[in-house]
Amino acid sequence: MSPPPRSHRWLAALAPPLAPLAAILLFLAAWEGLVRWRQIPEYVLPGPLRIAAALGESWPTLFSSLLFTLTVTGEALLAAVVLGGGLAVLLAQSRWIERSFYPLAVVLQVTPIVAIAPLLLIWIHDVRLALVVCAGIVAFFPMVANTTLGLNSADHNLLDLLGLYGASRWQVFRRVRLPSALPYFLGGLRISGGLALIGAVVAELVAGSGGTESGLAYRILEAGYTLEIPRMFAALALLSATGVLLWAALSGLSWLLLHRWHESAVRREG
Amino acid sequence: MLLPGPDSEPTDPIIRLRGVEQRFAGGVTALSGLDLDVRPGEWLSLLGPSGCGKSTALRLIAGLARPTAGSVERRLPGTNDIGDIGFVFQEPTLMPWATVEGNIALPLQILGVSRTEIRARVTELIERVGLGGFERARPRELSGGMKMRVSIARALAASPRLLLLDEPFAALDEITRARLNDDLLGLWQAQGFTVVFVTHSVWESVYLSTRIAVFSNRPGRVVAEVVVDAPAPRGAEFRESAVYLSTCRQVSEKLAEAMR
Repeated sequence: MSPPPRSHRWLAALAPPLAPLAAILLFLAAWEGLVRWRQIPEYVLPGPLRIAAALGESWPTLFSSLLFTLTVTGEALLAAVVLGGGLAVLLAQSRWIERSFYPLAVVLQVTPIVAIAPLLLIWIHDVRLALVVCAGIVAFFPMVANTTLGLNSADHNLLDLLGLYGASRWQVFRRVRLPSALPYFLGGLRISGGLALIGAVVAELVAGSGGTESGLAYRILEAGYTLEIPRMFAALALLSATGVLLWAALSGLSWLLLHRWHESAVRREG
Repeated sequence: MLLPGPDSEPTDPIIRLRGVEQRFAGGVTALSGLDLDVRPGEWLSLLGPSGCGKSTALRLIAGLARPTAGSVERRLPGTNDIGDIGFVFQEPTLMPWATVEGNIALPLQILGVSRTEIRARVTELIERVGLGGFERARPRELSGGMKMRVSIARALAASPRLLLLDEPFAALDEITRARLNDDLLGLWQAQGFTVVFVTHSVWESVYLSTRIAVFSNRPGRVVAEVVVDAPAPRGAEFRESAVYLSTCRQVSEKLAEAMR
């Protein structure tokens, strides 16, 4: 069989990343077209070009706000990973501990963060810390739930085998339970990453101010008060982009750690 | 001159099960009144219909479960129990995240063997089970037969005196199964460990074993024993010999009686 023509091969290599990009461009073009054709005023719905201009105009403020929101999200996620992962390890030690403490984690999960945020803002005077705590609470549960499930999903025969060789609790944990939990942990991490960002934004909206510094949520509120709708959209666009990048980064990390062995990350052939 | 008395055993058993009963929480009695000896150096097959408790008996021998009644004595002289028993499950039961080398090294790592010793031992085992060139492969890149080879190499890693196999080749095709049987037989002859082999294949048990314990339907117990009187090495000729065929017929009859 002769190799496909050069142009086809190029197309085959570029199509996967280009297809979603083309869809986005098409969507933006339709949006811009609609706004111009119906002459929608910019305080109702600005077009993508106007939003891009607003993004450029307010870039210094928006960028520092983006960094603020990102650090709050990052710190919250880190706390959720450490505390949630830690609690999961504890829960996996015995059925009794799991039965006793798991419901409490569920309570934390099902109580809406918007409802807890005002209380936390009263308790914690440092607004920035309060935001981290709020976002951390939202991101906490997926880490606990997924990691616990993962730690308990180790192959029973493999555990028996380790028992045959007199493996210590620590050896069983390190050699089998921890690696078994990794795919579940990474799945939880992807969910928690997005939730941490949402938590950080929601908490800042409730707080109504970012304290000495301000995050993107505050920029949205501010732009709303002054009816600078294009700026509002610019901040929103930055938030969406941040969420997508966060998800992509965590997916990349997951692929990096799993692609050698886990079915979820292995390309299917044929 | 000292001669062994008429009722003394030629060799003391290393495993002795007496009046063993195993009842599960769900109310199922898997074993009842099971008496079984495992003698050093033999290849003992536990043969019976599926669900007759053979695997349960194997788990009791390994010490992975305790009987609800009766006694399981393990006498593997000269060593402590740990690392003296190798176990091969029905499934390869490998760690998917670890390489072939990593999987085989697991028992040695648990036992705290030094790195250099592990390296040497793993290299030797990979050669012995015919996995040369696949040291760095992950289990998902291997065929079913190769995975089972890794599982066997892992079970042999700590040089066990007793190797327990729970229908290890049930999921493999006929050709792979025959080859693994021959290879395992070769390892047994070369290394002199004791084998307890769970199977439901008459042909397989007669080909491999020095002795066959036939199990009854659940609750399982040993209802007949057949000694396969053929010298090693056994090969393709043995499969066509009169001894092989007559022993198979004999075992099949005992099995048919056991299932009645």
